[in-house]
Amino acid sequence: MPAAVAKPRRNGLALVIALIAPIALVNAFGFLAPVLNLARMSFYEVEPTGTMREAFSLATWGKVIADTFYAELIVNSITVSLGITLLTLICSYPIALYLHRSSGTWRTILLVLVISPLLTSAVVRTYGWIAILSENGLVNNLVSGLGLERLRLMFNKTGVVIGLTEILMPYMILALLAGFGRLDPRVEEAASTLGAPPFTIFRRIILPLTMPGIALGCLLCFVLAVSSFITPKLLGGGRVFLLATEIYDQAIVTLNWPLAASLSILVLVIFGAALVLYTRALRAIL
Amino acid sequence: MDERPVSPALKLLAFLMFAFLLAPLIVVVPISFSGDSYMMFPPSSWSVKWYPAIFLDGKMTAAFWTSLLLACAVTVLCLVIALPAAFALVRLRPRGAEALSSLFTAPLLLPTIVLGLAILIVFARYGLLATFPGLVAAHLVVTLPYALRVLATALSTLPIAVEEAASTLGASPFTVFRRITLPMMKSGLIGTTALCFLVSFDEVVLSLFMTGPRIQTLPVAMYHHVEQQADPLVAALSVLLVVLTLLVVLVVDRTSGLAKTFVK
Repeated sequence: MPAAVAKPRRNGLALVIALIAPIALVNAFGFLAPVLNLARMSFYEVEPTGTMREAFSLATWGKVIADTFYAELIVNSITVSLGITLLTLICSYPIALYLHRSSGTWRTILLVLVISPLLTSAVVRTYGWIAILSENGLVNNLVSGLGLERLRLMFNKTGVVIGLTEILMPYMILALLAGFGRLDPRVEEAASTLGAPPFTIFRRIILPLTMPGIALGCLLCFVLAVSSFITPKLLGGGRVFLLATEIYDQAIVTLNWPLAASLSILVLVIFGAALVLYTRALRAIL
Repeated sequence: MDERPVSPALKLLAFLMFAFLLAPLIVVVPISFSGDSYMMFPPSSWSVKWYPAIFLDGKMTAAFWTSLLLACAVTVLCLVIALPAAFALVRLRPRGAEALSSLFTAPLLLPTIVLGLAILIVFARYGLLATFPGLVAAHLVVTLPYALRVLATALSTLPIAVEEAASTLGASPFTVFRRITLPMMKSGLIGTTALCFLVSFDEVVLSLFMTGPRIQTLPVAMYHHVEQQADPLVAALSVLLVVLTLLVVLVVDRTSGLAKTFVK
């Protein structure tokens, strides 16, 4: 480090505090206090009339743990999110590999195509999926044009899975690309020269080398799938019950804030578990 | 180039997946020119009536102005708040700078649905729900981490020698910052501005918790509209929004290279 950088600054601390104060204030008021309050809120009491009372009660937690509805909700959320993650990986891998191997202007164009959905509102993209999947949508008009029976692609899990898979793809592609740096074309060439067929090269060389990117992308997409609710709400039409949609309903419609708070904390617990699994997986790969 | 040629099978697969990825955005364009009064695809007749209909819809226009004003206010505040913080953390390097910057970017780790609920409960107590200042504060919670991260990266990659030269030649620290540092981090500033504006303008989950019948942002108004009836109005509006987004992206790409902001 150059000596000039490390030189002590005059009245440094006061200046640092003054410069950091605004962001610290927003952080404390808009993040720290609300999150701590949320944890506290899950122990409040809810009277049968629906009014909330400050207390230290385990009633809400007891309900969440004992009621089979919530157990199903959790299992449902996790399995649907895992399915979405797997599908997202399968759909994103070819794009990421192709992007990794292209160069120049073409690569820039493809990258912009990958990023631009990310910059478009989830509402707009979900609306696009309604146009494709609804009763009078693209797929059903094609299907009935072929003389087949119309399919139910919306207001059920199928619609939610298709929509969320597409919505999460850009995240997966960017995560995969970040991990593809280890892919050395010379190793593939060597395998090819030694007579390995393309599929063997993919299975034995490309796939293992890109594992860290895969793990990162899967973690990211799983976490986003568990917590997303715009798409499940609009494509599920209130008939697909997931943790995130239930949190919103309890917070806005039923106004049972302690219940919403304890479900939120459950989401965070699932996040933590996913993170632990990810670090384990990463250690096994590397 | 020592790159491996792309096999036709991979090309085909990638093309199919690109079609899947872009399908919902592409399909919106023909629907916006539909002449039907409800949504079907392909439309049975064509017209441009849905575009003027947006401007006649009082709820949508009000929501648009709210969103635009909100995004501008949030972006300006973000720069004003995050720039000094980034400077302090990167250049002055106080003890615990790493811990502080992870604390300040921590809101991004929390799912917005949990953050939205947490903010709803606290803001309700202070009467900030469904108010403009409440929306600004909620948006700042999620835009500031992006701003801080991009600005800190921009600052830390600047060659420090130029600043040192100016300082040696007798310029005061503030002059060095204003005349040397700020102009040199122009692309970082443009990137931050665009990112904060787009994140705020598109933000829907936090806003859903924070808005009410009194005040609505555009994404929230669109969400409620789609929830009730999926007519081509939203398609026309979506096309306008996609065009707006593309314009912002193009401007940023011309000035600072968007791809670099996302992929190193």
